[in-house]
Amino acid sequence: MPQLLLELFSEEIPARMQAGAARDLARLAGEGLALAHLTFDDLRTWAGPRRLTLKVEGLPASQPDRLEERKGPRINAPDSAVEGFLRNTGLQRSELLERDGVFWAVIPRPGRPTAALIAELAPDIVRRFPWPKSMVWGEGKLRWVRPLHRILCVLDGEVVPFSIEHLQSSDMSEGHRVMGQAGPFRARSFAEYAQRLAEHFVILDAEARKATILEDAQRLCAAKGVSLVMDAGLLDEVAGMVEWPKPLLGAMDPQFLDLPPEVIRTTMRSHQRYFAVARASGELAPYFVTVANLETEDGGALVAAGNARVLSARLSDARFFWDQDRKATLESRLDALEGVTFHANLGTMRARVGRIEILARRIAPIAGADPERAAFAARLCKADLSTGMVGEFPELQGVMGRYYAIDEGVAEDIADALRDHYRPQGPADAAPSAPVSVAVALADKLDTLVGFFAIGETPTGSRDPYALRRAALGVIRIILENRLRVRLGDLTAMATPPDANPGDQGLVRFILERLKVMLRDQGVRHDAIEAVFASGDHDLVRIERRLEALTAFLANPEGADLVAGYKRASHILAAEEKKGPLSQAAATRSAEPAEEGALFDALALTGPVLDAALEAEDFHAAMAALASLREPIDRFFEAVLVNSDNPRERANRLALLAGVRNAMGKVADFSAIAG
Amino acid sequence: MARAPGLKVTPSILGGAFSTVPPPSPREMTHAGPLSFQDIILKLHAYWAAQGCVILQPYDVEVGAGTLHPATVLRALGPKAWRAAYVQPSRRPSDGRYGENPNRLRQFHQYQVILKPSPPDMQTLYLESLAVIGIDAAKHDIRFVEDDWENPTVGAWGLGWEVWCDGMEISQYTYFQQVGGLDVHPVAGEITYGLERLALYVQGVDSVYDLAFNEPGGPASKTYGEVFLENEREFSAFELEVADVAVLKRQFEDMERAVTHLLSKTGHQGQPLVLPAYDHVLKASHLFNLMDARGAIAVAERQSYIGRVRELCKACAQAWLALEDAGG
Repeated sequence: MPQLLLELFSEEIPARMQAGAARDLARLAGEGLALAHLTFDDLRTWAGPRRLTLKVEGLPASQPDRLEERKGPRINAPDSAVEGFLRNTGLQRSELLERDGVFWAVIPRPGRPTAALIAELAPDIVRRFPWPKSMVWGEGKLRWVRPLHRILCVLDGEVVPFSIEHLQSSDMSEGHRVMGQAGPFRARSFAEYAQRLAEHFVILDAEARKATILEDAQRLCAAKGVSLVMDAGLLDEVAGMVEWPKPLLGAMDPQFLDLPPEVIRTTMRSHQRYFAVARASGELAPYFVTVANLETEDGGALVAAGNARVLSARLSDARFFWDQDRKATLESRLDALEGVTFHANLGTMRARVGRIEILARRIAPIAGADPERAAFAARLCKADLSTGMVGEFPELQGVMGRYYAIDEGVAEDIADALRDHYRPQGPADAAPSAPVSVAVALADKLDTLVGFFAIGETPTGSRDPYALRRAALGVIRIILENRLRVRLGDLTAMATPPDANPGDQGLVRFILERLKVMLRDQGVRHDAIEAVFASGDHDLVRIERRLEALTAFLANPEGADLVAGYKRASHILAAEEKKGPLSQAAATRSAEPAEEGALFDALALTGPVLDAALEAEDFHAAMAALASLREPIDRFFEAVLVNSDNPRERANRLALLAGVRNAMGKVADFSAIAG
Repeated sequence: MARAPGLKVTPSILGGAFSTVPPPSPREMTHAGPLSFQDIILKLHAYWAAQGCVILQPYDVEVGAGTLHPATVLRALGPKAWRAAYVQPSRRPSDGRYGENPNRLRQFHQYQVILKPSPPDMQTLYLESLAVIGIDAAKHDIRFVEDDWENPTVGAWGLGWEVWCDGMEISQYTYFQQVGGLDVHPVAGEITYGLERLALYVQGVDSVYDLAFNEPGGPASKTYGEVFLENEREFSAFELEVADVAVLKRQFEDMERAVTHLLSKTGHQGQPLVLPAYDHVLKASHLFNLMDARGAIAVAERQSYIGRVRELCKACAQAWLALEDAGG
């Protein structure tokens, strides 16, 4: 079965775009082949610094033959119309079919050769390729991520001929830019292609490049008794920058080890794409690993030494910032925030810090923090934005604030809050738990949320430029993970200035909606979520406890049965309520039938237990209390006719059912439960 | 790294700290010792002249980057083929350190190459040019690292890379896509070498002031410091402390008015006075950089100033393109 090999060879493709390009190539090829009615056994793509490669196995030699049906004129149409149809279809009159008074032509369409279809598909893929950013070059009009130089396209050992602008497809490619000096090579199959690439110092598969980098880097480190600081994102990026990876261990000037480790690692990573190296104790070791794109005669000594000196210059810059920044206190940096606009309609960063300070003081008691400490931490929490180090490495915001605070003798819990108030920064990041950090983190996020909601900059669809969803999720996680007891509306009200429009209901709804999404993502039953949220509770901790008890309750058969009883009761009540308002009179105990009396007794017994459990927020106990109603309800429905001819009997029975509905409604809205 | 103000190419190659690496071993070199600062320039001149570039002189108006020379910004527009190479002293007033920092300068030198249309073998030509100045790609790790170039003040952007040699950025390599807010076609390829960085690398010295400017050891030898240190000292003081902000502001506004005025006038052949107008755009942008170095530009004003220069530049670009298209 024929094999297709397509390689698009270009100048250096940005590392961050390569994985997406491999996926897009696979998708476009798969779709194109399907559209051409071409089946295949296997399709794979690869991406690297200078090439995208596609291999399709098990293609047919041609498309399957098809029959095309074409509708013609009516049978009683004038001869001229029929003759025209015959001319168009190339058929004889005797070959036409008649169906429902209309002529039909059935034209056999022999399948076209696969090569001819690939010659159309490949250029189409190139022209439609969805690069995040593309460009034109030279005198051409073709767009690609960087200039495209070669198209290798081979089907079943033969070149599929086509051209795009000045580029003509061929069976030629090139290896490593420097080491593959043997010049272009020919490849007529994937096996040959893979072999030639290896001979010309190119590792095609990104995963194989990553494995090589990791293995070699770890071996180099082990030889020095140190270990590589793993960084998966950096590994991905570096593997996209080299065709022939050659990790090198370089020496870092140990005098820089007194810089904060985050500064060293960020300098290495963001400027130089180096991996950091650590001792067994976890402290950084005075080495780095860089990944060169070639082997040199001297085993990389010159390259490693060059990189070491570049790193020294970079770390000297970092040291300059570290020394300069510590000459001014964080407090003295507040004025500089006057010059930083937070948002055109929300004032300067200085104004924002003022708001966070007031808010943190208010929130502190809820978080169990001392209001003055929380306010002081809030006051300093953005001061590091005006430091040279954070200007150079924005990702170190907060982290530097903490270091500078400790350096000037600020207490540890306050210093920690400068770093931790940005947390949680994502699902994998922990929410802060120290009281001062919690207070400032909540104040920071609420100020953002309240501010942007007040100016109508709320997220729509996938657009969330101010990351308000993340801020809302942060508020939720901080509250839940620290078991903070507060109504959401009270929190948002604290953050809303007294002169502002109290437009916080939208915000409360927004936060509750994020909580629902979070719970659904955790796999909690949708109907249980709806049943609990219907209560209108704004206390997130209580919502979570209630939901947990309800979910557990519904998971056992008794719970499901009780829901069935509840639904039966509420259907009957709803039907009766349509006819007119039900009597508000409480049910009385009737001795006969026994089941009616039993339900009355059960309700009377359950009521106080339930109320006590709810009062204590013991929702498992509340559920257990409800569970005790199940049997009396089932028996009641089995033995008692609600719609008695006797109006007094009927009214009393309806009142009993209303009692059941009310009791259960105190716990959750069971009508939302499915089944 | 310093945030370079106003008109700039990618700041890293311009205003950033230079770093040094050991010199290539002598056997790599075509002559006895490492190349001097001026030999690097002469070698590049000879190499690019052989590629058909016209070797131009630095533009005689203060600029922050070699891109701003009209031989690049204006010649990148329109249909005509164009190859040029030149050195451009580039002024970054905010980066002044009074000659006291070995790696940071208020004026440094860019070697600028523009090839239009960009030839298919442009990367190869670039690597050959490195070999000519003693950087052998088989001995060093040369890497093309994604770096999209944008210059908002001249409404220009392009795609390309910063070029690394053993981890140090030595060049900026860009395929222009827009200049003055206008699409360019054919596309010009631009290579910018940071000359001081390259020289530090090639000569293996730690301070820019210790670079051999010409052949070292001889009776006429000069260091970079002997040529430029006094310049750094005096201009740092002028640009960071002494320049009269009120005068700069007034001059900026004068230049702004002059651009509009010049574009409304015609020469003897009926053309708008684009080249004189563009000179005034350059002067305006340098005045902005000076005001910025004096700390006279509030954060809120910054975008507005940049926008004003961009509009002036766009007007020049449009007038120039009209002239080129008309076969002028």
